[in-house]
Amino acid sequence: MHEALYENIPGGARWRYVWGSTLVFTFTIQVITGLFLWTAYSPSTTTAWESVYYIQHHMQYGWLVRGLHHFSAQAMTVLLALHLMQVVIDGAYKAPREINFWLGLILMQIVLGLGLTGYLLPWDQKGYYATQVSTEIMGATPVVGPQLQNLAQGGSQYGHHTLTRFFAMHAGVLPATLIAFLALHIAVFRRHGITVTNPDRAPATAFWPDQVLKDGIACLAVLATVLALTIFKGAELSAPADPSEAYSAARPEWYFLFLFQFLRFGWVEHQGLAFGAIYVPGALMAVLVAMPILGRWRAGHAFNVAFLMLMMLGIVGLTALALKNDSEDPDFLAAVHQAHEDSVRVVELAARPEGIPLEGAVSLMRSDPKSQGPRLFARNCAPCHRYDGHDGTGRKITRKDAIVEEVIERQKDGTDKKVKKIVGYKPPVEELATATDLGNFGSSEWIKAVITNFKGTFSALENVKDKEGKLAESSKRFLEGDMSGWSASHAQLWRVKENEQALSDLVAFLHSQGRRKGAPGISDDASKRGRQIFETGKIPVGAFETNCIDCHSLQPIDEDKLLGEVGSGPTLTNYAGKNWLREFLQNPGHEKFYGSKNAMPAFGERLTEKELDLLVRWMVGDYE
Amino acid sequence: MPQPDLELHDRPQGEPRRSFITHVLAAGIGLLVGAVPALSGLAFFLDPMMRKKAGATGDGFLKMPVALDALEVDGEPQLVKIIMDRVDAWNTYLQQPVGAVYLRRTEQDKVVAFNSRCPHLGCAVDYKPSEKIYFCPCHTSEFKLDGTKQNEIPPRHLDSLEVQIRNGGEVWLKFQNFRATTPEKIPVA
Repeated sequence: MHEALYENIPGGARWRYVWGSTLVFTFTIQVITGLFLWTAYSPSTTTAWESVYYIQHHMQYGWLVRGLHHFSAQAMTVLLALHLMQVVIDGAYKAPREINFWLGLILMQIVLGLGLTGYLLPWDQKGYYATQVSTEIMGATPVVGPQLQNLAQGGSQYGHHTLTRFFAMHAGVLPATLIAFLALHIAVFRRHGITVTNPDRAPATAFWPDQVLKDGIACLAVLATVLALTIFKGAELSAPADPSEAYSAARPEWYFLFLFQFLRFGWVEHQGLAFGAIYVPGALMAVLVAMPILGRWRAGHAFNVAFLMLMMLGIVGLTALALKNDSEDPDFLAAVHQAHEDSVRVVELAARPEGIPLEGAVSLMRSDPKSQGPRLFARNCAPCHRYDGHDGTGRKITRKDAIVEEVIERQKDGTDKKVKKIVGYKPPVEELATATDLGNFGSSEWIKAVITNFKGTFSALENVKDKEGKLAESSKRFLEGDMSGWSASHAQLWRVKENEQALSDLVAFLHSQGRRKGAPGISDDASKRGRQIFETGKIPVGAFETNCIDCHSLQPIDEDKLLGEVGSGPTLTNYAGKNWLREFLQNPGHEKFYGSKNAMPAFGERLTEKELDLLVRWMVGDYE
Repeated sequence: MPQPDLELHDRPQGEPRRSFITHVLAAGIGLLVGAVPALSGLAFFLDPMMRKKAGATGDGFLKMPVALDALEVDGEPQLVKIIMDRVDAWNTYLQQPVGAVYLRRTEQDKVVAFNSRCPHLGCAVDYKPSEKIYFCPCHTSEFKLDGTKQNEIPPRHLDSLEVQIRNGGEVWLKFQNFRATTPEKIPVA
């Protein structure tokens, strides 16, 4: 201890020597916070996310301990890069310190391994899908890949044992190895002393207290950064991992983004996964390992410095490119937004008095209309409909048209032949909806629009064309049908000031029948007046040519008598409410709905009972 | 190539006189950066001590699955499982067995209840009908039918629990656990 403290530093204490100490410091933070997190973490697929959620949101200072651990890990990666650069620039890798340089490279691998294994442990969507990529890459290792992957995952698929194994690596094997190598690294460093490029720069000093103070200030700066990130950003916890739920916002941790971007280049992809993910990074590492040997040649040091700078530049450049691409990709941004919404939503659900069910928080999400509805809409409805202009989840529906060109291609038999080939894609264009936007379906605005502007409300149907490019027959039936005509011929009546109240009463009546949240009650005065108009057609100025009940039937809530008869127009019993919508979606072609006029597919067969229920409840707003 | 090894462990020549402030600052900052993670972690670890028990609903009495009529006056004690909702960190277990009590009807309209946990070290106490005693298999604590201890092993008598007869025949009980090893009955929060 005394020897370490009074170690000689020729040329005086310098800021450039602080990196090693900050790394030891961040590792110490990791050990301390890691041990405490260990006391509350539970590695299994049904408890990992749940215990991390509990740490983050319920245990005192859990957010702080987890935040320190989360952001110190990232700080460590940055500090590693700085330490490596300082060592290479100062030539500290040269004999007799080459062994220590190699020890340092081993430490770097261990730290990256800790980052990778730690990323999975919360078992959230983000960690789950990012780590999948890592283990798939592992599986692409030549010869032993599949076996290696199987061992790392504890089976052919992710499960309980993936977590127990990753946890054993993360909290046991890797830290123990790191401590052993770190002890060696520091012992060898102490043996050789610090590498000083210019010993005459200033009078020599001892490690304590001059260098310690500089190191301390650097550590304080690191800690302040980590604390600021913890307090103002907070360690993220996305929704619990769900193998059945695609996660389009998947990205590796930011310090692996360069590799992610590299693997995305067409020419890299073309060489196979092992090339981009194993051979190229392996070759870069090999050059790093060879640096002490290369450095013996006259131009060796200059080469080493130049190589490292280029590599860093490449990493920074690729990372920037990845970030830029993502920031310009509306689909990715929508996915990130949705991922964030999910992460907020699941915490809301988990915080309810019922707690998290034993099968894990993922079941909360799977049975939540608010999060599942939009996804079901996107998959089943958005091919024709829109929801406030998007697919329900916030993505625009776009189409990329292929650019096809005729090219001459030499055939195997030596002859040339003209073939049509896709040579590229045009920029994406928004796909036109072929059915109504349902963003406000069942609201009073919707009902009013259907009554007063039927053709406009359903105008998306105009985009459906037949083979000759003319308006499709199925659309014509709606756009030129009875209701469309009724709506057009009564438009004038609704514009009369005296009829305003009548219209809003009629809307209130229909709205109340859906029994939606926020809808007027069935016994409200407006609803009662609206019921009269629905039945009798009596309005202050003018008169209906045909009454509502001449075409529509409606069984008012809590009444025995059916108004009208099941006939030409869709039934309006519980219109736009849960039952109406469920039955409608099951079979829109049923005689009580569109009958023979129907052009919409029946979803009774396509969706399970549960899916149908989630979709309906989301659309009518029946969720907490 | 400098040769630092030669000079190592020697106080370097011509070193500037380090001020008191440098010493204090270096030590202070060192302590501070170490204290932040250590104290945060410690505060986190102490979470269970600060955790308030979720408020029990109602008056804390539970209706027993045994009716008064099913118990014989001055008969044998009956072991009854206590079924309650139990909150364990992030999970809520609905209607789980959380303990057991011995119910014994001593008079026409009086039922006595004991928590089956031994006040010695928390094992489950058995009832031996042949000797009419409660007996703990772990460390041979013995209690009479009225719960008083028979030997010096347990620190106190069996823990009696409040019982009410409601609606002319229902047995209601306030279930509580008490800390083991102490001579006094101290409820576990």
